[in-house]
Amino acid sequence: MTILIDKKNQVAEKIQPTGFLKYFSFSLDHKVIGIQYLVCGFLFYLVGGTLASAIRIELTSPISDFMPRDVYNQVLTLHGTIMIFLWIVPVVNGAFGNYLIPFYVGARDMAFPRLNAVAFWLIPPSGLMLITSYFIDGAAQAGWTAYPPLSITTPQSGQIVWILSVLLLGGSSIFGGINFIATILKLRRPGLKLMQLPMYCWAMLGTSILVVLSTPVLAGTLILLSFDIVANTGFFNPVLGGNVVVYQHLFWFYSHPAVYIMVLPAFGLVSEILPIHCRKPLFGYKTMVFSIMGIVVLGLVVWAHHMFTSGTPPWMRLFFTIATAFIAVPTGIKFFNWVATMWGGEISINSAMLFSCGFIINFVFGGITGVALAQVPFDIHVHDTYFVVAHFHYIVYGGSVFVIFSSIYHWFPKVTGKLLNEKLGMLHFALTFIGFNLCFAPQHWLGLNGMPRRVAEYDPQFQFVNQISSLGALFMAISTIPFLINIFLSAKNGEKSGDNPWEALTPEWLTSSPPPVENWKGEAPLVTEPYGYGSELTDKDT
Amino acid sequence: MLNKSSYLIFIISAVIGISFWIGFNVNLLPAEASINAPIYDELFKILFIIGLILFIGMSLIVLYSLFKFRKREGQVGDGIALEGNLKLEIIWTVIPSIIVLFVGLYSYNIYDRMGGMNALNHDHSVMENNSEKIWAGISQSNNNISLIDTNIEVSAMQFAFLFNYPKGDFISGELHVPVNKEISVRMESKDVIHAFWIPEFRIKQDIIPGQPTILNFTPTKVGKYPIICAELCGPYHGGMRASIIVQEESDYQDWFNQNKKDELKA
Repeated sequence: MTILIDKKNQVAEKIQPTGFLKYFSFSLDHKVIGIQYLVCGFLFYLVGGTLASAIRIELTSPISDFMPRDVYNQVLTLHGTIMIFLWIVPVVNGAFGNYLIPFYVGARDMAFPRLNAVAFWLIPPSGLMLITSYFIDGAAQAGWTAYPPLSITTPQSGQIVWILSVLLLGGSSIFGGINFIATILKLRRPGLKLMQLPMYCWAMLGTSILVVLSTPVLAGTLILLSFDIVANTGFFNPVLGGNVVVYQHLFWFYSHPAVYIMVLPAFGLVSEILPIHCRKPLFGYKTMVFSIMGIVVLGLVVWAHHMFTSGTPPWMRLFFTIATAFIAVPTGIKFFNWVATMWGGEISINSAMLFSCGFIINFVFGGITGVALAQVPFDIHVHDTYFVVAHFHYIVYGGSVFVIFSSIYHWFPKVTGKLLNEKLGMLHFALTFIGFNLCFAPQHWLGLNGMPRRVAEYDPQFQFVNQISSLGALFMAISTIPFLINIFLSAKNGEKSGDNPWEALTPEWLTSSPPPVENWKGEAPLVTEPYGYGSELTDKDT
Repeated sequence: MLNKSSYLIFIISAVIGISFWIGFNVNLLPAEASINAPIYDELFKILFIIGLILFIGMSLIVLYSLFKFRKREGQVGDGIALEGNLKLEIIWTVIPSIIVLFVGLYSYNIYDRMGGMNALNHDHSVMENNSEKIWAGISQSNNNISLIDTNIEVSAMQFAFLFNYPKGDFISGELHVPVNKEISVRMESKDVIHAFWIPEFRIKQDIIPGQPTILNFTPTKVGKYPIICAELCGPYHGGMRASIIVQEESDYQDWFNQNKKDELKA
């Protein structure tokens, strides 16, 4: 069998199942793997969302009455871990990256197809392992940050399973990162220059650099933590002379870049979606590239802003304040460029566009609270409160998840050859946008006024605002219903889209929809102007 | 054209005006009860106003573009082939950089006024061997504090705070302090990481096992305020609260004298 695979992709294809079954196989096709990532991620999103609903139900009353307190801590730990490591990171990187990058560079597959399949197949078992740990001896309950000594003193089995699961997911992420770097740098179609690549390639290059540089640090840290738990070592155990703050430094050295691992690909996806639906070139291509790389460099040197109350020396607080605040500059450039891309366009108002605009508005809000949080004196009051919870949900939900939905509406015709229903799509958008803001905007006030995060019980004066927040969460939960109906109905009976329903110029649209296994029937097209809207490229008369 | 630019000026000034109005009239913060609080609120107000201007401005531009440049029925063709504009891009690199630098320096100034950049006073070293390294939270001042009895030792454990008054040799479950006096607490955790947060004082400091931390503050308003643990510390984390009771000097002395060990009562 191995001999067959080694020969050529076409041969490998013959021994692999076709049709629906291929999505359950160890497929080497980057398009199949992309869909595997997406669907698998979405299933975990439903689990994480259920856990979020449980949290919001618990918080409708100021006393702990919906679930036992230790279960509540398990639920919030699983919610955070699942949403980050099993939904957003695999989907914005793995799903869209695998599906789109080979098209964008003009290749027939990723550089390492089998590594690619291995990277995906690490995810379902580690996710299932994480979830089943709840039913065996209780899941981890020290939060997704797993700060020692709490993570050392809570029940061991759950914490160890959590560590193993995150290690496997980190491994998957590193495999993916290496693959993307190799594909983007080495598999480009002859004649295609780096500065002609669609912006998502640059976003994935930057993200993959972050993944490869920072994830190993997390892995090392978690291995040391597991030694502390099972072998009674004292790296982070203060009873044995360990230092708990060192863990925080190491953890955030990965986990702050992890924020960019979640949002940079989203930035890239928006940069693909906006020009197409606005019928205008992406504004400021070069500055977009520089700002991505600026974010990558700055993103590696800002981690200690998560530790302003941990007892860091004043000079360190000052340095990390300035470095963090300066990330707003390259990020701001990207937002101004997107708005300039919209300005003067011929904008189709559709679900993909609405979710992208929702992303811009939400993310600007989250970015502004982020700059505020970077300021040491500001952070000292609101650190570890609901203000922070609200802030990062504006970044990862209002930002990344909105972009994921936007991308699904945008690329659904590519994958299935059918259009999604626009009415259901707009209902989905309205419910998500209203629900999201209703859920998270009030939490800023809660944090400012004295509600810490990760609590099951709180001061009764906060009950009303918490109930508003829970109502928003209900809207968000309901919003998945029209979305799922839309996906299933449209996949079955949706309107035929044709090969290129958006009349796009990026290479993935220059083949049939759905694309053939080898991506293009003939040679890959050389696309040097992926955003050449308004020029002779799209002029119908010529 | 004149009309267009006067509209623009009107809208920009309206956005700025509304942001200032909201910034000065909408209070999102709890009561101010320490020297830190009004300084913090000043920073908050500035950040709030800048944030509002940016957020309202960006949202308006996005909504306006969506409306103004929407594709009408039957419309075909593309927008203008505009790929960039160096002048614009320089503007929106330089202006945010200036804002960020201003905010950074301003918050440094605020932090300095809160006492964050001060070396801690060393009164505590009287009580311990000098070799112990203490990590600092905010320290209000370098003034030599003569009142040793406002040096309080806080122990945090799952799931309670205990306040030890070394001068009176007693332990209290509530933190009593005199108003308008600088208080210095030395905090240590018996088990996991906790945090000491008084929202009305706008201060917070983690309490770290194996690593004492110090926090100095000066209450300015008599009253009872919550002390909240802000770092996840286990199942009862949400219930880990205590109270700080700020009293007039004389009331505080009465309370202190009532509680202090008999042999210390002269």
